[in-house]
This record gives sequence, structure tokens and C-alpha cells, in this order.
Amino acid sequence: MKKFSLILTFIMLFTFLTVPAYAAEYTDDIETHPFDMEYYTKYKGQDLTLNVYNWGEYISDGSDDTLNINEAFEELTGIKVIYSTFDTNESLYAKLKTGGSSYDVIIPSDYMVSRMIEEELIQPINFDNVPNFKYIDEAYVNPSYDPENKYSVPYTWGTVGLIYNTELIDANEEIDSWSVMWSEAYRGNVLMFGNSKDAYGIAFKMLGYPINAESEEQIEKATELLKEQKPILQAYVMDEIFDKMTGEEAIIAPYYAGDALTMISDNPKLDFVIPKEGSNIFTDAMCIPTDAKNKELAEMYINFMLEPPVGLANIEYIGYSTANTAVFDLLDDETKNNPISYPDKELLANCEYFYHLDPELAALMDEKWTEVLTSDEHYNEMLMPMLLVFCVVLSITLNVVRSIRKKKNQ
Amino acid sequence: MKKSSLFSLPYIVWSFIFVVIPMLLVIVFAFTTTDGQFTIENISQVSTYTPVFVRSIWLAFLSTVICLILGYPMAFIMSRALPYNRRTLVMLIMLPMWINFLLRTFAWMTLLENNGVINSLITMLGFKPLRMINTQGAVILGMVYNYLPFMIMPLYSVMTKIDNSVIEAAQDLGASSINTFVRVIIPLSLPGITTGITMVFIPAISTFIISRMLGGGSNMLIGDLIDTKFLGNAYNPNLGSAISLVLMVFVLLFMSVLNQFDTSEEKEGMVI
Amino acid sequence: MTQNKWYKKLYISTILAFLYMPIAVLIIYSFNGSKSRTVWSGFSFKWYIELFQDKLIMHSLLNTLIVGLIASVLATILGTAAAVGIYAYRNKVLRSAVMNVTYMPILNPEIVMGVSLLLLFVYAKEKMYVPIELGLTTLIIAHVTFCTPYVILNVLPKLRQMDKNTYEAAMDLGCNPFQSFFKVVVPEIMPGIVTGFLLALTYSIDDFIISYFVSSGATQTLPVTIGSMVRKRISPKINALSTIIFVVVLVVLLIVNFVGAEKEKASMKKVKGGSFR
Repeated sequence: MKKFSLILTFIMLFTFLTVPAYAAEYTDDIETHPFDMEYYTKYKGQDLTLNVYNWGEYISDGSDDTLNINEAFEELTGIKVIYSTFDTNESLYAKLKTGGSSYDVIIPSDYMVSRMIEEELIQPINFDNVPNFKYIDEAYVNPSYDPENKYSVPYTWGTVGLIYNTELIDANEEIDSWSVMWSEAYRGNVLMFGNSKDAYGIAFKMLGYPINAESEEQIEKATELLKEQKPILQAYVMDEIFDKMTGEEAIIAPYYAGDALTMISDNPKLDFVIPKEGSNIFTDAMCIPTDAKNKELAEMYINFMLEPPVGLANIEYIGYSTANTAVFDLLDDETKNNPISYPDKELLANCEYFYHLDPELAALMDEKWTEVLTSDEHYNEMLMPMLLVFCVVLSITLNVVRSIRKKKNQ
Repeated sequence: MKKSSLFSLPYIVWSFIFVVIPMLLVIVFAFTTTDGQFTIENISQVSTYTPVFVRSIWLAFLSTVICLILGYPMAFIMSRALPYNRRTLVMLIMLPMWINFLLRTFAWMTLLENNGVINSLITMLGFKPLRMINTQGAVILGMVYNYLPFMIMPLYSVMTKIDNSVIEAAQDLGASSINTFVRVIIPLSLPGITTGITMVFIPAISTFIISRMLGGGSNMLIGDLIDTKFLGNAYNPNLGSAISLVLMVFVLLFMSVLNQFDTSEEKEGMVI
Repeated sequence: MTQNKWYKKLYISTILAFLYMPIAVLIIYSFNGSKSRTVWSGFSFKWYIELFQDKLIMHSLLNTLIVGLIASVLATILGTAAAVGIYAYRNKVLRSAVMNVTYMPILNPEIVMGVSLLLLFVYAKEKMYVPIELGLTTLIIAHVTFCTPYVILNVLPKLRQMDKNTYEAAMDLGCNPFQSFFKVVVPEIMPGIVTGFLLALTYSIDDFIISYFVSSGATQTLPVTIGSMVRKRISPKINALSTIIFVVVLVVLLIVNFVGAEKEKASMKKVKGGSFR
């Protein structure tokens, strides 16, 4: 943390010393911020549109007196933004893969970025058109999912941890391990991720494996662990966690740090911890699909998102962590020092990125996940075929009986 | 009037392109790999999802039966009511359908949760709260709630055609009210029963999201499974097609069995 | 048969309470001061104000109306023509083949319909280079496809009830086939067409599953938008919108019901000399 701010101060000083004219290079006020008007008004009056595809509830949209980013962009550039949302990386992937629709800016997570690079679903960004990339913290440049940093610009990052209700847990218990999600004491009060990737991630960490499966055996072991957990759980959920945790329907749930902050501000009894076994760190990054219609506009939008006042408004709204040094600098001290948003380096060292799994292992994991979800019921594999045959026979018999009866009547 | 049969030509072309060809595509996808090679692996893999199929069929069956039991008397009362009351009741049954089913199901979450509306009432009365959400019962409730009008409406429209004098005749001839019901009313309303069962069972067996919202994610149904294969986190359209194909075959077989009980020559309007 | 026993009343009110309980919850929480679905924090109109400022919701509402109207009009035209044609078939095999295809979209699970259409559109674009993109066009095509059978199934019975001779009489009296069709047949089957149209419109506006598969992120209908909100967090703005829709539909139905009742009363009076109870 200290190192981080040192570097920052250094960068700041550096900027101050070399280019004193830029002393007020950025501000937190969008009204007074010196936007590069020549750059942003290039396409004004041409009646262009830009298709942005983002996660739901993942942009400052003007509610509760926040900045409406898309509107601000439209006002500045004269480009109309068509904004729509998806709910999982995979549904974004499926929409791109099946084609049929074109987007200019998408915001997938790390492992999905690497998968999309591999399958050429996204194209290299021309960084000459994204001058604000200079604000991105060194630590997030050339990430493992995009080693040469050709395709992506970090939007936000965050960690996965445990959210718990401080008043409803056992007073003597210190929550610092994933194992609490297996604890009999909280039977019926634990929520679990409803998607295979995150759920297996937790199981792998519990077992001391890397977060990305390396072998079938690891998957088998994790499956057993997840099956063991099932009776303790209240439900497998995703964003229902918000309501369930703030409404005190459940006591413990794993979720993303940024969302935890939102929940804590709604219900101060909640708290968040990154378990000692380690966890998942993720980055959501802005990318441009291969079949984008307006690449340059997309780059302009990405650049706009990196403008300090814009990024600040966005980060304040979303609650996730920023990789933008200028934005970080503008944050208030309380946020800067908040261990939920910007945890210790030591803790972060324990956290791993997901990457795109080997397809066979991924398929196995998916199959096993379905098994976990349905593990309390066992049926003979021949049951379905038998049922189908039974229906065919029944249908034919009834038809024959009917036609015989008809003939008799005649 | 022979020439007028040509009027159906645009429709035939349309349904060939948008109904028949897509169905064929599902079949093609079900029997090919991602590279377009022929395979039966997808179909054989469907059997690993047997629990999902069994659960879907069982829950759909239960909700259909419950809908029939709940809806039948309602339809009968409606069909025998005075014209004004009748219209009001039809309106009251249809009105909820104008609110998106996702939202109505969502509202059930608020009602059923451990700290939800119903449990608050129960604890206020001094009883122990019930565990309702995230159970199969909640999924069935969601299905019954969403599809009950689809059971009532066809039953009602068939029953309005039953003449009161037929029922009176049966009673005059000495039939008890139970006898009248079993021997006269049920047989006459049979077409409505089969339509109602169809209208409830088919959407119930293929529904998704209801199970996710009310069943707590562990009560996965066929619909959820197909969703994850096409737009979810287990992208595999070939396997998804195979599952869809099996579902489709099952439903069509079910229909053909059900149709044996329907004596009318050609079905008329499904809902109205 | 019409006496109101207490258990009958109890039964009817139980069913109605069951149907309306969630709707009441929905409406009550549209006035909630906070975003929470479970915690009540004071009365407020704020979601109604924010609703009209929400571009995504307003945009999808507009899409829903556009798709619904175009698709149901197209389906009505296509379906009525088809019904007239099917009615005239002499060939039994052809007739049952066409009827079976007509039942397909109704009997086939919706999810399979959606999936198959998605496969078709993608296949057409990728393999046959048809310049089609998921969006309004595909939504309209899909909606016409699943709405048309409902029109056909509502028009066909009306055709069967019609006296065949009227059409021939019109021809004998010097009308050409088109004139006799529009002047004689159409008025006869009009109730069926209207019901078919309304049904198509209702199904189109309410459809989630098929639209979910064939829409793109940029052109969503309202149910699809609600669907993705349900997966993320639902905004009380949607509750506000539903409350408005509910009230509008309620008012329309009440008016229709009232007008209908008045008409009935008037005709009853004529017949029974005012002895309507």
C-alpha cells in the first residue's frame, strides 16, 4: 500500500516537475475538467451511434444525483450511446459467438478476455486513440489475460470474499476462512455462488489447490467438497445475495468486494473479509469486438471512461476498485485506506486470476457442477430412454385401440 | 371456393422457413459435433441429466394436477354465474396475466422468504416461521400461480357450452349430484380438460427462471439446463439442441397420448 | 345453481386472493423509499419519477409496443388468409399436415422455439450470408411465427360456423371473388379476427422466453429487460411501471365491462320488458 502511494507521489511529482503547465491536469469536477475538445468533437453532428454492452448496474447512471456518464459522453461528443446490459460473462460470450448482433464496446472479465482473444472475438485497440491509458497503474498493465496489453483496458478490479452479518454470527468466532461455509452452526443460513466457476474457485482454495483446475482429480475432490456443503446451504444464488444479505435472510455469503460495500452501506451490520486461504482477484476490462462497426468511436468512449472525473464518478457509484491512478488520487482518504476496496498487498498476493480453462476440464467441471446441483437424487441412467419408449408404446397402443373401435362402430 | 385455398400460400411458406427449418436445424445440431461431424454423443450425454428431466416432469405433473383441482370448480362456477358476474370473474382471472410473469414470481420471493411477508404474519400470531422459499414446494407454487389462468380459461369456455337443461335432465332422471357431476359434467367438459392440461403442462415442463427464483438454484429444471447451454455458463449449442430435441419428443408424445382422450374431431381456439 | 353458498364465496375469494397477493406486494413496494425488496423504508413517489428518466426501460417499452403492434397486425393478416385457405382445402392429407405445423409453435415448448429460431438466424447469417442481425427484425419474425397459429385457430371455427351459401350467393349476385370475400366472408368472421388479434398482441407483449433468445442487447423488449434485471437486481422502477400498466389495463377492462353491461341491460329490457333482475 505504502509502496503504491510512493509510486503515485513520484508520478505526481514527476508530472509536476516536467510539465508545470499541466498542474491542474485533472480535477474531480466534470464541469471544469479540461477535456481535449478537438479530440472529443471530431464526430459531432454526424449522427453516429455507439453500442455499449456492459454488466447490469455497472455504470454511474444519474440516479441519486450521480453523474450520468452516457449522457455526459453524448453531450460532449454528439455521439448517441445505445447502452444495454448482460448478466454473465458467458451470456456475453454466447451473444458474441452466435453473432447476429454487433457491439462496439464490451466489458468482459479477465478469463473471458483471454478466451475472446484466443477465438478472435475482440480486436486490438489502437492506443494512440486512448491517450488516457497513461493513467492505468503499472500493476494492471500487461496482465496475464492480455500479456501484451493489446486488447483490453481495465475498467475495474476487485476480489471475492465472505460477506457476513456481524450480529448473527457466533460472537467468539473470527471469520477468516472459507471453512465457515461448511460449518454446521450456520446450517440453512449460508448462500453459495450459483455458477460453477466461482463455486469451484472456493472449493479449490479450500483444498489448497490453485484456483484454475489442473487435473481431473482436483475437480473430483472439489466436487465431493461441494456436495458435502449442500445440506448446509440455504440456496445457490447470484445477485439475489444483495437482498438476502441486507434483508438478513442469510448470515454468510461469498461475493465481490465492490458489491459488499454496497451491501454494507445498506446494512452496516454486514462486514467483508478475504479468507486466509486466498481467493479470486478479477479485472473487468473494456474491449472492442471484432465485428464492431465504429472502432474509433469505441476508443473514444474507452478514453472518456478513463477521464479522471468520469472514472471517479463511476467508481464512487459502482464501489469496485479502480486501476486508474488519477482516479485513485482523487478518492477521499477513507476510501483509499479501505481494506475492502484496496486490501493489503499480502492478502492480494494470495489471490489469483481465473483464466480460460482447458475445454475438456471446463466441460468436466460443468458436468460435475450439474451433478452437485442434483446430487440428492439418483436415478438409473436408463430411466429416460425407458420413459420415452413407454410413451411411444402407449401412444401406439392407444391409436390402435382407437382405430379398432372406430372400425367396429362402422 | 377452391381458389381461396391459395390464400394459405404465404403462411405455408412462412411456417416452412420459420417453423419447419428451425426444427430441422435443432435436429441437425443435436446430431453433430462443433465441427459439423455426425455424432450421437450429444444424445447419449442427455441421459446424464436424468435427474433434471425426472424432476421437471414430476413438478410439471404435480402443478398440472393442482391447477386442475383448483381451477375446475372455479371454471364451473364462472360458467353458471349471471352474465355480469361472469364477465367480472373472467376479467379478474385474466387481469394478473397483464403483469409480467417474472415480476409476479419475483413478488412471491418477498412473500415466501424466511423474513418475508407471510412468515412475519405467522410469527406475529405466535407460531414458528415456516421454511418456504428454496423448496420444491415453492417452485410448484410458482408454476401453479403462473399457469392457473391457462387451466381455468379453456375449462370455462367449454363449460359455458354445457346447457343447464342437460344437467337438470340428469337430476330429473334421479341422478345424485355426484353422479351428475361424474357422468354428465366431466365427460362434457373433457375437451376443456385436455386443452387445460396441455396449456399448463407444456409451459410448466419447459419453464426456467421460476425454479431459479423460488427453488434456490438447486432445483434445476430442463429449461434452466437448456438456457445454460445456449446463453449461460456452459455454452454448448450441440448438447443444448440434443436436450431440446429430447424435450420436444417427450412433449409431442405426451400430446399424442393426451389427444386420445379428446374425442372432438378438430380442436378449436385454444384459449378463447 | 346460482345461489351463493358461503363455501363457494370462500373458495372464490381464496383463489382471487392467491392471484392478487403478489400483485399487491408489487404495487406496495413500488412506493417504497429504498431500493430494497424486503425492507420497507417509507412512502415515496421517487421510483415513478425515475422511471420516466430511465432510458433503458423507456426504450424497451417502446420496442415492446413496436414489436407487439407490427407482429400482431402481420400475424392477423397472415393468419386470416391462411385460415380461409385451410378451410377451402379438399385434400385431407395436406390439411392435416398444415394443421400439424400450425400446432407446432403452440405445443412445442417455448424454449425450444426460441432456441431453434436463434439457430436459424445465426445459421442464415454465418453460412448463407443473409444480412440479418438479432434485433427488431428477428423479434418481429419470431413473434409473427408464434402469434399466427392463435389467429388461425380463432378464425377457423368462425369460418366453419358461417353459411357457405352466402359466399356463393354473393357470387351469383355479381360480385367477383374478392368483393364477395371482403363484403361477405370478412364481416362474418370478424369476431374471430378480433379475438385472434388481441390474443396475438397479448402474447407478443408478454413473451419473454422466445424474445430472450432472439433479441440483441441493444433491442430488448420489456420482458427481456425485466429478465436481465431479475438476474441482477430488480429496480423498483419496474414495480412502478407494472403498477401503471396494471392500472391502465384495469381501467380499460372496467370501461369495457361497464359498456358491455349497459348494452346487455338495454337489450334485456327490450326482450323482457324491463324485468331484468
